Amino acid sequence: MANKLSIGRLLVYAALALVAVYYLLPLYVMLTTSFKTLDDIRQGNLLSLPQAWNGGAWAKAWASACTGIECGGMKGFFWNSVKMTVPAVLISTMFGAVNGYVVSMWRFRGSDVLFTMLLVGCFIPFQVVLLPMAQLLGYLGIANTTTGLVLVHVIYGTAFTTLFFRNFYVTVPDELVKAGRIDGAGFWTIFFRILLPVSGPIFVVCIIWQFTQIWNDFLFGVVFAAGESQPITVALNNLVNTSTGVKEYNVDMASAIIAALPTLFVYMVAGRYFVRGLTAGAVKG
Amino acid sequence: MASLSIDNVCKTYNNGTDVLKGIDIAIDDGQFLILVGPSGCGKSTLLNMIAGLDDISSGDIRIGERRVNDLSPKDRDIAMVFQSYALYPSMSVRQNISFGLEIRKQPKAEIDATVNRVAEMLQITHLLDRKPSQLSGGQRQRVAMGRALARNPSIFLFDEPLSNLDAKLRVEMRTEIKLMHQRLKSTIVYVTHDQIEAMTLGDRIAVMKDGIVQQFGSPQDIYDNPANLFVAGFIGSPSMNFIPATVVESGGQLGVKVCDDHGCVVLPLPHDKAKLAQWVGKDVIFGIRPEQITDARTAHREGLPQMDCHVKVIEPTGPDTLIFVTLNDTKVCCRAHPTEAKRPGDAMQLVFDVSKAVLFDPKTEMRIA
Amino acid sequence: MSHSSSPAEVRALADAAPAAASRQRLADRWLPRLVLSPTIVMSLVFVYGFIAWTAWLSFTESRLMPRYDWAGLTQYLALFDNERWWTAVANLGLFGGLFILCTLVVGLLLAVLLDQKIRAEGALRAVYLYPMALSFIVTGTAWKWMLNPDMGLQKVLNDWGFANFTFDWLVDPDRAIYTVVIAGVWQSSGFVMALFLAGLRGVDDSIIKAAQVDGASLPTIYRRIVIPSLRPVFFSVLLILSHIAIKSFDLVMALTGGGPGTSSDVPAVFMYQFAFTRGQLGLGAASAMMMLMTIVAVLVPLMYLETRSAKRG
Ligand SMILES: Nc1ncnc2c1ncn2[C@@H]1O[C@H](COP(=O)(O)OP(=O)(O)OP(=O)(O)O)[C@@H](O)[C@H]1O
Ligand SMILES: [Mg+2]
Repeated sequence: MANKLSIGRLLVYAALALVAVYYLLPLYVMLTTSFKTLDDIRQGNLLSLPQAWNGGAWAKAWASACTGIECGGMKGFFWNSVKMTVPAVLISTMFGAVNGYVVSMWRFRGSDVLFTMLLVGCFIPFQVVLLPMAQLLGYLGIANTTTGLVLVHVIYGTAFTTLFFRNFYVTVPDELVKAGRIDGAGFWTIFFRILLPVSGPIFVVCIIWQFTQIWNDFLFGVVFAAGESQPITVALNNLVNTSTGVKEYNVDMASAIIAALPTLFVYMVAGRYFVRGLTAGAVKG
Repeated sequence: MASLSIDNVCKTYNNGTDVLKGIDIAIDDGQFLILVGPSGCGKSTLLNMIAGLDDISSGDIRIGERRVNDLSPKDRDIAMVFQSYALYPSMSVRQNISFGLEIRKQPKAEIDATVNRVAEMLQITHLLDRKPSQLSGGQRQRVAMGRALARNPSIFLFDEPLSNLDAKLRVEMRTEIKLMHQRLKSTIVYVTHDQIEAMTLGDRIAVMKDGIVQQFGSPQDIYDNPANLFVAGFIGSPSMNFIPATVVESGGQLGVKVCDDHGCVVLPLPHDKAKLAQWVGKDVIFGIRPEQITDARTAHREGLPQMDCHVKVIEPTGPDTLIFVTLNDTKVCCRAHPTEAKRPGDAMQLVFDVSKAVLFDPKTEMRIA
Repeated sequence: MSHSSSPAEVRALADAAPAAASRQRLADRWLPRLVLSPTIVMSLVFVYGFIAWTAWLSFTESRLMPRYDWAGLTQYLALFDNERWWTAVANLGLFGGLFILCTLVVGLLLAVLLDQKIRAEGALRAVYLYPMALSFIVTGTAWKWMLNPDMGLQKVLNDWGFANFTFDWLVDPDRAIYTVVIAGVWQSSGFVMALFLAGLRGVDDSIIKAAQVDGASLPTIYRRIVIPSLRPVFFSVLLILSHIAIKSFDLVMALTGGGPGTSSDVPAVFMYQFAFTRGQLGLGAASAMMMLMTIVAVLVPLMYLETRSAKRG
């Protein structure tokens, strides 16, 4: 009996380990390839370790790889992404916090309907808004700018952030707000003095979620940005898919890791919250 | 301090539910009003309307001589204690108590003095620098009271403040609230669904059901003279016995006949005969409280109707023993002295004190006499 | 009980209420609406308005520039006449079905295995979940390299002595779409695992104990008791996965670019290419509208079922 049991458990562990290999393989391949020279890549195979750990591909990926016509590496695009992501995350989170506060604590006639109406924004395929948005950004003169991308991400991210904060605030007893009102506090005082101090966890979750969403976005980036203002995902895709010259897989992989570093970093530092964010945003796709 | 009057207040929620259907209540300055009733009857809703947390659909609420319908909670001069206490989680006890005063822009020194005075009164001085999460249930309750007391409002509102405490603490805090009221002579509106709290604390009780005040009066008055079957059954524990019976006339006296499997007895009715004349021969519900059916020794009085009854179940409570018998096919609870109680299956002589018995119309459930 | 103030008196008292009082009341009443309104306006314009705008475009002859004269169903007819569109739709069906099925199975299996009081659970969970932090573009880049027929996994196996092993799905028009499934499952199954694991942890322990006392074996307990109780999780997982599948764009772009040829096209790629690189706005709009309708057709019944079962259960 005990023996049979342990064989069963062995099988469980074996299966889990095998799957773990499947999950880790791409990361391993990306890392080793990025440290190989092109000769090394040609001589060895996908799984072999680099003969000598060579950082040349990283340097090239960062500063001089060609994405289409330009050859400035990922550097500029990395900062584009930073400049796009940080304000978009902060603004959409702020909107979400205040909206969530209203729809959970200050419900008025019709507020539930309005909230449902907002939620629809989480479910639409963004393809249905691309064409008008491109027109509008052009009309406003912010097509192909980081500002335009920030605007787009704020607009379409607020539905999610509102949902996050609303779901958090409905778990906070509304008697807190009532007590505040009786103590004479108004709308903003209650928000800033009573609710914000207890909203730390949901801010973390929401910021992490928005950060990964916006940093990793490709659709808005490829449609609404061009050339100089592209975010890093678009640049990476261009780099990998340029068909001119010798294919430099090591540079591709180094660039891919550079593009993934910020979100991987967040995942490693705040993994617990990351998972919570994912599952909390379970309505999102 | 101020009086409170509620005139024909109705509340209909946006989704069309009528929660309050014309509430009329008035209390004087310094009175302790209890709102009591089953869950969902609209007690909290009414309290929220008094507080101004929710708008009323029609009617008037006055605090003192001031009509407050259109005032925000802040300007009604009220303070409230919530069932969940609603202490601000991020603030220390001190900040919790001083928050309302700060918002009202009282001078710092004055605030400090008030906080210290209130803390001393509630014996929470040693807790002032803790966060609510570091307090026990009873301590939280005190802090919530302290927050209200510090404001020194003209009316205190309590929404089931004791229902989250364990039984022993609940009794203790009940006494403290009563003491506080006696000392401060404050006007209090207190919501509970616990009828013992209602009886022990209130100067005035409003018994509510389905958004209607069923009866409004002093505790003793409501206990002795319930207006209808609901109030009679709701107030008192164990609750009043309701025995279906027929009004009969025997020897020029009106009475109701009750039987168990041993035999029958006609219980004479003490009420005005003229008022009952039309009910002779008709079915009524005869209401009699457990302590009015007892053993001969406890009854003290001679000449009361009595009957040997078949004991079904006994429940000793300590000071008394509850005896359950079946009268007119209805389970009836009687309260007897522990030494006089017989065992289940035995016959026991029960004495009926009908002087406070009441009659209800089985159709309308209203009191007849 | 003795307030006998005349109506006039009462009114005078009410009027005497300080102006600040009514200001606070007004603020409490209107501030929430005011604060919510920018978002509402944003939603009305940028979601509902833009959908209407796209719908309108889909009924015009717009090509490189938008034109707004009514052309009826021309674009839809063109779309339904377009072979490439039907390839994209078929690919979406194939990809969507396989992707959802595999991700669901892998995710559930991993969750059940991880639920067996595994030693290194934390570390394993971290390994399964990290792909979720990556962009689909990064995922696509990595898998594109690994599936490269000349230098990728095929070469590894050849080097190991399986000389005849070929794995060239990436460049095989009939198989390219399956590589998207492989990469997609890799990216998303950890997330599904996390959802199921949370669901499993929420199952009442005493139910399992009761079943054990009744003599049920572990697999039976899972099959008959635990997994059926995860019904709501299944619904949200299906909801999310079908949403990801229908919107899938980045992964295809990075991995195959829709190729070889148009063999791994999906509607999202079709829409992008016709609307933004081929100057066929009207056709792009029509395909976007079809995507919206597909999502509605999938999500509405799912959500309906979910809310109904939530009410019943
Ligand atoms: N915002 C609302 N919208 C619609 N109906 C409501 C709302 N708030 C309360 N109700 C309904 O009003 C009725 C009375 O609620 P209330 O909270 O006043 O009951 P209660 O007497 O305090 O009960 P309890 O003893 O359970 O606290 C309930 O039936 C409740 O469902
Ligand atoms: Mg209540």
